[in-house]
Amino acid sequence: MDSTLKVPTMAELFAAGQQPEVLFWVGCAGSFDDRAKKITKAFVKILNKANVSFAVLGTEESCTGDPAKRAGNEFLFQMQAVTNIEVMNAYEVKKVVTACPHCFNTLKNEYPGLGGNYEVVHHTQFLKQLLEEGRISMEGGQFKGKRITFHDPCYLGRANNVYEAPRDLIRKLDAELVEMKNCKKKGLCCGAGGAQMFKEPEKGSKDVNIERTEQALETKPEIIAAGCPFCNTMMTDGVKNKEKETAVAVMDIAELIATAEDL
Amino acid sequence: MQYLPNILFAIILIVAIAFFTKNVSRLRRNINLGKDIGSLNNKPQRWKNMAKIAFGQTKMVVRPIAGFLHVIVYVGFIIINIEVLEILIDGIFGTHRIGLKFLSTPVYGFLIGSFEVLAVLVLVSVIIFWVRRNVIKLQRFLSAEMTGWPKSDGNIILYFEVVLMCLFLLMNATDTSFQNLNSGNIVSQFIAPWFDGMSANSLHAIERTAWWLHIIGILAFLNYLYYSKHLHILLAFPNTFYGKLLPKGQFKNLDAVTQEVKLMMDPDADPFAAAAEDASEPEKFGASDVTDLSWVQLLNAYTCTECGRCTSECPANQTGKKLSPRKIMMDTRDRLEEVGKNIDANKGTFVDDGKQLLGDYISNEELWACTSCNACVEACPVSIDPLSIIMDMRQYLVMEQSAAPSDLNNMMGNIENNGAPWPFNQMDRLNWAQEQ
Repeated sequence: MDSTLKVPTMAELFAAGQQPEVLFWVGCAGSFDDRAKKITKAFVKILNKANVSFAVLGTEESCTGDPAKRAGNEFLFQMQAVTNIEVMNAYEVKKVVTACPHCFNTLKNEYPGLGGNYEVVHHTQFLKQLLEEGRISMEGGQFKGKRITFHDPCYLGRANNVYEAPRDLIRKLDAELVEMKNCKKKGLCCGAGGAQMFKEPEKGSKDVNIERTEQALETKPEIIAAGCPFCNTMMTDGVKNKEKETAVAVMDIAELIATAEDL
Repeated sequence: MQYLPNILFAIILIVAIAFFTKNVSRLRRNINLGKDIGSLNNKPQRWKNMAKIAFGQTKMVVRPIAGFLHVIVYVGFIIINIEVLEILIDGIFGTHRIGLKFLSTPVYGFLIGSFEVLAVLVLVSVIIFWVRRNVIKLQRFLSAEMTGWPKSDGNIILYFEVVLMCLFLLMNATDTSFQNLNSGNIVSQFIAPWFDGMSANSLHAIERTAWWLHIIGILAFLNYLYYSKHLHILLAFPNTFYGKLLPKGQFKNLDAVTQEVKLMMDPDADPFAAAAEDASEPEKFGASDVTDLSWVQLLNAYTCTECGRCTSECPANQTGKKLSPRKIMMDTRDRLEEVGKNIDANKGTFVDDGKQLLGDYISNEELWACTSCNACVEACPVSIDPLSIIMDMRQYLVMEQSAAPSDLNNMMGNIENNGAPWPFNQMDRLNWAQEQ
């Protein structure tokens, strides 16, 4: 199997006079965080396998401004947004896919008011669409019968009412989807949102990610599935804290699919 | 002398209505201290939300036990109020059970019978509510903000309801002519024998006393609302109407900032241009006091009935942090009341009292503990949005005071310098594609 990733940039395609079907918005975590980069690569492998015409902005991408806005810095957020919108509008971007629910929410909901109007989908929605269109096939493979619980990212679930796309994909793996007592609308945050990822938590009795990991472990899962690079970090840390990392893996939906397909 | 009761009744009624009107106008005045939000979009959806969430109680029943009991009390409250209409007419015109003049005995009996059954169901529910608060001691009724007045307030409301329901049943049980009808006394027929052997006069005296106390109690309760968390029985309706329709993750973009950013990005803008003659004072960013909030956020504060579902779903609160979304709403209301009283005491203008919502009521520590996960917003049965207040106050802290925690300042510095929350070079953004 050819292991090199084909990752065209918007600039390259533009120079060749081409317009991709979709812009893959990688996000800061997906670009720089070692754990999240694996998710990025897994998603690209699937895109390559399905021959999806996509491109990334590469060095022209910049933070969406989400953490700045949630931290209260509206000015920095809008500077980031306007800069990104200028770049995307110059490339006449129509559709954006991203593996980060924070980027997803910001691009989808907060950019239109500043002049950035795109169809924005989360990678789980995009993958589900590829599956429905027959552009990828999925068989459970090594996940057949495995107990998988899905942790709802707040900015995908409650914030944007996307609950079923990731779950449908897990079911397609022939895995046994087990729900935590707090799921979907009542899902508990991993503790990273609202710019908490970048600061120490306030004084309390416990860290939020530990509480959430305990809820996940109650379902006796073999895999905790996530759909957000920040949730992934928080849950991975939580599982390590509980010394369960050899028994329970924390994986993104894209990684599950790429692994199932031996990509 | 014959008309003395009628006159007395009319006076009590007028005083009660006058008092209530005064409180409503004070309520309106205080809510209007909030900022205008412009015109409303999508009214059909708003009416639908009000019908579903407030009238239909759809979010109450998410928690089945409390939800079910609440629906009983709510339905009882609305339906038993039909009886109040009869009481008002009887009181003003000196009639007795005027309903019997307009309705056939079976129909009248059916109505009163339903009220009696509902009264018993309400009694049972209210007693269970009391037990939940005072005996079982449910976690969410024991938070730090639920001591003192909020705790007493919750119980006073329950006592009020118990007394009103008992008076209603007692009034029916001791009404000899009503008992003789033998229609509609489904419950009171079992109470009537307790008074066997009493003279007709004593029975009548008890019936009259219960009747008067019942209606005075209702009018007192009406006027208690403004001082209590119980305003939700009125405000839940407008509050669900004005609730957020956008996706929960969408926070508003500040227009004032957009203007400035556009100017900065405009290559033709003259950086040394003098400010326009009519340039107004630059707008304050975010909120440090209640008058910086929108009037809908202030309406939210008066609507909150302190049920604590928000706080019990809050990840920060669940893990022992100081933040409690319910406290954010209670603080906002308390401060707004304080500002309102200040205005009343100073002939219509606010005189600086050296206090504000930020710091004197809500601490920075609470604000920074929020993960913006929207669990509180989702949990609220009447569409209150505590998160929007938290975000507005963070905005003030960062944009007006540069008072973010240092970790966040680092994060924002990184975004400014290299377009990512971590100190990585933007030119390395695509390196992952080459890594194995």
